[in-house]
Amino acid sequence: MSSGELVGSYIVPVHPHTVLAPEQNEGWGRLRNAYDEAAQRIKDSGADLIIIYSTTWTSIIGHQIIADPNPEWVMVDHDFHELGSIPYSFNIDEHFAHEWNDANEKRGLKSRTVAYHGFPIDVGSVVALKLLNPDNSIPAVIVSSNVYANRAETTVLAKACMDVVKKTGRKAIAVTAMSLSNRMFTKPIEPKDDRIHSLKDDEWNRKILEFLSEGRLEDVGQLSRTIHRQIRVNKVVAFKPMWWLSGMNQNRNNLTGEVLAYEALHGAGGAVVHLDPQASGAGDKEYDEDDVEIFTGERNVLDSIEETSSQKVDQQIQDSTVGPKLWEPTETEDSVNSDAAPKPVGAYPHARRVGDLLYLSGVGPRQPSTNAIPGGPICDSNGSPLEYDIKAQTRAVVENIARILEEAGSSMDKVVDVTSFLVDMDRDFAGYNEVWAETLGHYGPTRTTLAIKALPTPIAVEMKVIAKI
Amino acid sequence: MLGATMSKGEIVAGCLAPHPPHLVYAENPPQNEPVAEGGWEQLRWGYERLRESLSGVDYDAIVLLSPHWQTYVGTHFLGLPTFKNLSVDPVFPNLFRYHYELDIDVELSQQIHDHAAEVGLSVKMMKNPDFRVDYGTITTGHMFNPEWDKPLVVISSNRSRDYYSVEVMQEMMIELGKATREAIIASGKKVVVLASNSLSHRHFTTESAIPEDMSKEHITSHAMHLWDMRMIEYFRSGQSQRILDEMPEFTEQAIAESDGGGLSWLLSTLDIPNYPGILHGYGTIIGTGNAIVEWPERLHKEA
Repeated sequence: MSSGELVGSYIVPVHPHTVLAPEQNEGWGRLRNAYDEAAQRIKDSGADLIIIYSTTWTSIIGHQIIADPNPEWVMVDHDFHELGSIPYSFNIDEHFAHEWNDANEKRGLKSRTVAYHGFPIDVGSVVALKLLNPDNSIPAVIVSSNVYANRAETTVLAKACMDVVKKTGRKAIAVTAMSLSNRMFTKPIEPKDDRIHSLKDDEWNRKILEFLSEGRLEDVGQLSRTIHRQIRVNKVVAFKPMWWLSGMNQNRNNLTGEVLAYEALHGAGGAVVHLDPQASGAGDKEYDEDDVEIFTGERNVLDSIEETSSQKVDQQIQDSTVGPKLWEPTETEDSVNSDAAPKPVGAYPHARRVGDLLYLSGVGPRQPSTNAIPGGPICDSNGSPLEYDIKAQTRAVVENIARILEEAGSSMDKVVDVTSFLVDMDRDFAGYNEVWAETLGHYGPTRTTLAIKALPTPIAVEMKVIAKI
Repeated sequence: MLGATMSKGEIVAGCLAPHPPHLVYAENPPQNEPVAEGGWEQLRWGYERLRESLSGVDYDAIVLLSPHWQTYVGTHFLGLPTFKNLSVDPVFPNLFRYHYELDIDVELSQQIHDHAAEVGLSVKMMKNPDFRVDYGTITTGHMFNPEWDKPLVVISSNRSRDYYSVEVMQEMMIELGKATREAIIASGKKVVVLASNSLSHRHFTTESAIPEDMSKEHITSHAMHLWDMRMIEYFRSGQSQRILDEMPEFTEQAIAESDGGGLSWLLSTLDIPNYPGILHGYGTIIGTGNAIVEWPERLHKEA
């Protein structure tokens, strides 16, 4: 299967005017024309999936993803109900929705799918899908905007989505349904009198669009908090759709951007922007924030009262006794054994010298004194799977390697080659890779990573090391 | 329903009546599709006590302000006689999918709308028959009056706090409250007014496997608890003015749902009562603080 990719990104406005009343204001009509142009470009791109991140669907428990294959209802806007009703019937890719949900959980996010009859799809998603995919020929998926999500969480949400796009070989379009400045007039106005609420909002909008027209998406993401403070009211905290869209585009700053329209919608800034992945050669990032792979932020608040930390450690130690009996390390003329390393599970040494090289036996994360597994075992004594922390396990492996190297008179900077074994490549590679980069990766050894069925003890990672002495 | 003698209308009670859908879910009414094993009993029993308190009280209509009908262009009023639809909570769809049919006292809605317009507030009647009533209105409506045998006036939450500040929001809600009171008195009707909002409003961002597992339920932080108790003490001791005075700090620091204006509007509609409110219940729902409080204005009429 060919690897999937993002074939385009769009920023589109959320207000219902473009669907229900484009003829009432020239600007609304231009936005509608831009929407129509975007729809044609999407069709011409050969895209087979439209992914919508909507700022008008907020969530609290992580992120929610529509997974009803054919949601149908009638949407009426809370504010602009006098404009009329929008009946909708959408073609949702439920399989992609479920895969994205799984990918979110693998990357540490709280997530769930939603497939309830009558679920109220938000105005932003309804407007975007009605206009970008009018004949429903392209399957879509919609994700909520979590009110508590920060940049890390939103970025990881995008990466999880791209995991699935690549895995399933899709040609995807990413869409953020959002306003630029979102301050509306607080009183009804005549359509002919619509304009951006203030000169200040207009200036900020034009600056954002200047960046986007130069393809500088990540720069806009980096300015998200500033933009939010300047021209946003707190409907959704922070200008976070730009974090998501930038994450979908590998945080690039050299896309090919085009502003198809920019107009006022009852005072708010509405724009249709096309970002083509083709490199435009525009500016590099001026600064960057953490490029987060796994979300480890504020989560498990409820879980904190389930068991104390000490109880958890006790359980880990208890569960760590699962597996084969432990052996004393084999002693030979060339062997190297350390009291500071975990005992072997068979008749072999921790390491063996051959010339000026040192060959280590496979090293896992077990602790030398307690046999506990940092990050927890992968299963209990009955074989039932347990949640574990691959990064904690990987760090413990590296620490054990360092102890054996030290015993032999070697050190981490003399490691030449490493073979790593993971029992769950899909789940654990990213976390393992992150710790690798922070530790052994600094010293530049060659590396091979293999997926294997199991290891003798309930651990998820083991490394085989060759080092110079 | 105007009285033949055109007697003055009156507010028989005002209530803080929060709307977490978990309460309806736990009650298992036939209108709601999901089924629970119970949960949040302290609050559900609180609603029972509130209903019992008003069981012998005659009234004509319920006026309710919900923070989940969020409007940015003024304050809106449901303006058709009946609304019938399915309400699915967009945040907790696993808990709340409620088939509702509610009657609106359009005459009273229009009267409050008109009084508010007269004092310069931006207002609008909502007359689109396809409109889905928000789940906050449905939850409070069900918990307060599960028979649905009283017509409602449903008022949107104008998000002036988001646009300006808590202070501006409160000024507008106090004006709306005065207009509401004047309209009710002019209508000749007996009315209960409900503010549908929580107190502290910081949620947990995870949900236990069984949502009604009460071993997982508690306030999100000590600070939230302190703010909730402070407000409840003011409720119980009739210090409504202090609540209004401290509303900016409370709303900001407790991330309180008073940001939607319901509590300020309620106290203003009750003419800022200096008699004690009756605390019928307090409990947390997914970490947020919720109090059910009644101000029995019928017992505190001026001689």
